[in-house]
Amino acid sequence: MALILVAGLLGGCATSGNPKDSIEGFNRAMFAFNEGLDKAIVKPVATGYDNVLSSPVKTGVTNFFGNIADLFIGINNLLQGKVAAGFGDFGRLAVNSTIGILGVIDVASDIGLEKHEEDFGQTFGRWGVGSGSYVVVPFFGSRTVRDTAGLVLDVAVDPVSNHGHVPTRNTALALRIVSDRANLLPADKVIDEAALDKYSYVRDAYLQRRRSLIYDGNAPREAEPEADLADQQPLVAEAGSAQESVPAQAETVAVEPVVVAQQHLLQTE
Amino acid sequence: MKSLFVFIGGLVLATLVSAQEVAPDALIKSVSTDVLEIVRKDKDIRNGDSKKAAALVEVKVLPHFNFTHMTQLAMGREWRNASTAQKSVLIDEFRTLLVRTYSKALTEYKNQTIDYKPFVMRPGEAEVKVRTEIKQPSGGKPIQLDYYLEKTSSGWKVFDIEVGGISLVTNYRESFASEIRQGGIDGLIKSLQAKNKSGETAAVKK
Repeated sequence: MALILVAGLLGGCATSGNPKDSIEGFNRAMFAFNEGLDKAIVKPVATGYDNVLSSPVKTGVTNFFGNIADLFIGINNLLQGKVAAGFGDFGRLAVNSTIGILGVIDVASDIGLEKHEEDFGQTFGRWGVGSGSYVVVPFFGSRTVRDTAGLVLDVAVDPVSNHGHVPTRNTALALRIVSDRANLLPADKVIDEAALDKYSYVRDAYLQRRRSLIYDGNAPREAEPEADLADQQPLVAEAGSAQESVPAQAETVAVEPVVVAQQHLLQTE
Repeated sequence: MKSLFVFIGGLVLATLVSAQEVAPDALIKSVSTDVLEIVRKDKDIRNGDSKKAAALVEVKVLPHFNFTHMTQLAMGREWRNASTAQKSVLIDEFRTLLVRTYSKALTEYKNQTIDYKPFVMRPGEAEVKVRTEIKQPSGGKPIQLDYYLEKTSSGWKVFDIEVGGISLVTNYRESFASEIRQGGIDGLIKSLQAKNKSGETAAVKK
């Protein structure tokens, strides 16, 4: 609620004219803040972590936190009506927590239980909730209004944040941040190479990524703006046929941390 | 010497591939396999030699891309407002930017493998999507990598690439539009040229 109020207040001073980013002035300031924090603290620590530890150890850490995350990934799949996927996630949790030694080894992927990527923001999107404007949240990065609401729930139920033993909890939270960031280090360079304006590059990648995730990787191509296509084959047919499978919220793209978007960008090519 | 041999070998292969009508999925597979094979063996590229990676991309990958169509997609409805001269500069600069990005990504290669998804083409189709997946050597969630191709008189050409659902081409649309709002199409051209220049100096510093 407060967020919407802030959005309204700041709307007046925004200049971009981009309907998906109505509070661009505020967002750019937050983006600069997050980047500054990253440059000063998070990235140097993650770089050190990346250089010091061996790959198997780093993979073990990633898997350990990934295993914990599978619990709510499964719950979100069930909330979205994807029952088989949800039970697949619980199967992963059971297999990896036991045979995989507390999740350190991802045995489940080897036996064909695929890792998924779900959160409450995606669930809301699946339910037809519109994405709302793009928002850069301090510390967390790119979101939309809907995904910010999802984030609040994600954090509220996060098993790591809710661990009762405070020193263990804090150590685990810090380790998870560092590990996640270290995984994204290669992406940084590619984004720096690609982006004309890093802010909008990251924003648009986030919005595309969330849209794709809501469709579980099968998003229809967005309609092409009418351009002079005389010398090209028309794209219209494809956009039209895709339309059928598009749920009502085609316009209301949503889903994932910038981090993930960056990761994908980076490892892509 | 060895790398020169590989380089020439790649050149011959690339010509062979484009010379005949190759199915889109077979094309993606053969180009990807060749490029990764070279990167795997080339220590310079894996240690961050972007120039060498760019040369590889230039020879092996570019012949299969339709940069006119890519630039058009990135420009969206602004495309028709550009003059012929502006269009050709835009295509050139955008091409440089994409090659640079692609080459940089190649230098980050760490033993990932590619999974090719089943591909079915209906007869007479002029536009197709070839799906692949990048598998991480350390496990973890695979990354979706999809290619969009169109049929042209000189064979199938790629006009868009999506990584994890993010189109590397249309991702520029908003930033291009905002450059154009601020400085017109010439303003966008200037920004692209400045960006590409800054990349060059950065490469030289290395």
